[in-house]
This record gives sequence, structure tokens and C-alpha cells, in this order.
Amino acid sequence: MNNPRAPRKTSPSSSAVDEARLRQQAIGVKLRQMFDAVVNEPVPDEFLDILRRGDARRSEKS
Amino acid sequence: MGAGARADRQADPRRDEAFRRELEILIPHLRAFARTLAGDPTAADDLAQDAMMKAWDARASFEMGTNMKAWTFMILRNQFYSEKRRSWRQSQLDQEAAERTLVAIDDPASPVALDELRLGLGMLPLEQREALVLVGAGGFAYEEAAEICGCAVGTVKSRVSRARRALQGILVRGDYRRDGAAAGEAMGKILAHAERLSNQR
Repeated sequence: MNNPRAPRKTSPSSSAVDEARLRQQAIGVKLRQMFDAVVNEPVPDEFLDILRRGDARRSEKS
Repeated sequence: MGAGARADRQADPRRDEAFRRELEILIPHLRAFARTLAGDPTAADDLAQDAMMKAWDARASFEMGTNMKAWTFMILRNQFYSEKRRSWRQSQLDQEAAERTLVAIDDPASPVALDELRLGLGMLPLEQREALVLVGAGGFAYEEAAEICGCAVGTVKSRVSRARRALQGILVRGDYRRDGAAAGEAMGKILAHAERLSNQR
């Protein structure tokens, strides 16, 4: 009945649809860029210390 | 409701080593996910470190060869929510505090549009934000995101699509600003910058 994928009844101008899609793509690109920026940061030593310590427990952080 | 499955399996140094290596690879991803939940980088790193320790403690219950990224993300998310629940009184201030923090940590060197996206993302309800981040940036399928969030796949799908719509609305209207700067400007910048990026590829 009301399939959101098929906005045909109202038939908005296709340029408006294109623009919305373009915006979503742009947001998607920026979102990944934002996430990847953190992924690409060098890993602080404290993180590696945790792994090195292994079972030797948390102790004093920071 | 913690690990506790440790006694099930004997300590196996080789297995521990394999686990350790795999966990190390995931650190940057855990940090990135924590950053989107906690906002403030220091709190985010604390969260990611706590999650790592939890994961290490629970390693005996992890099935080697299955998706460790999804497993650790789930641990991190649970950690975040249980800490948040503990301080639920503060939750009403969270939004405001998050915005202040996000503004405060603005990196002047980063492109303007990125900061605006970050601010807009911070305005989304948490459940929408995490769904969008997992699917839109973390590289998870809807099914995996549903598992991480402990909800139905359909719920994740609708959260992601609501998040996308809301974020676009925020950016187009310029709601993330309180100083009355030109509405719609952020979306223009994001479009222009994304176009430049895709042309570079």
C-alpha cells in the first residue's frame, strides 16, 4: 500500500529526488571520513599497554 | 551479567596470543566507535579501554573465527550504556554537555563541513546515531548491527533511515547552530566537499 520505496503517487520532481539522493551520498561520504579519521589516528600507548599487560590487570589508568 | 565463562576453557597461551593479535587490530575501530558514542575524546578512550579489558577478560567465551569486530563493538556498546545508566540523573544534561564538548574539541584545521556533520550527528537520538554509525561508517551489515544493538533487523533499518533523514534536515536547516548563521550553508559545504573528495578518487 504505502511502500516508501515507491514515491510515485505524489511524483515529486525527479530533480528533487536526485538532490535528496545526492545529499545522502554526501553525508555518507563525510560520515565515513569522520570515522576513518579516528581509525587512522595513531593508537595511544595505553591501549597497547593493556594488551601487553594481559592478565596483569587494569591498575592505574591515566 | 559479566563474562564468567572463563572456567569453561583452560588457559591456552597460543589461543590467547591469537586473540591478542586480533584485538590489537581492532583498537582503532573501537576508538572510532567510542568517539561517536561518547563525544569527548578522553571519555571515549576510557570507554574503549574499558571495553578492551572486558573483551580480554571474556576471551574464553569468544568463538575464535567468528566476527570479533562485532563482538567487541557489542561489548563496548554495553559498557557505554551501563555506565550511562549508572549516571542516569545526568542524562538530561547530556545533550547540552555533548554539544558543548563537540564545540570545544573542534579542530580548527579540519574542514568546516566535517565539524558541522559531527555537531549534527551529536544531535541525533543515541539509538539512531549508533545505528547510522555502525551501518554507514563501521562497515556492518544491518544484521550485524542488529546483533550489536540487541534489536531486530527491521528496527535497525528504520533507525538508520530516520537518522539519515534527521541528519539531512539538521544540516539543511542549520539547526546545529544557535548563532543564527545562514541556514543551509552546512549542506552546501558538505556537498561541495564530498564532490571534491569523490573527484579525487
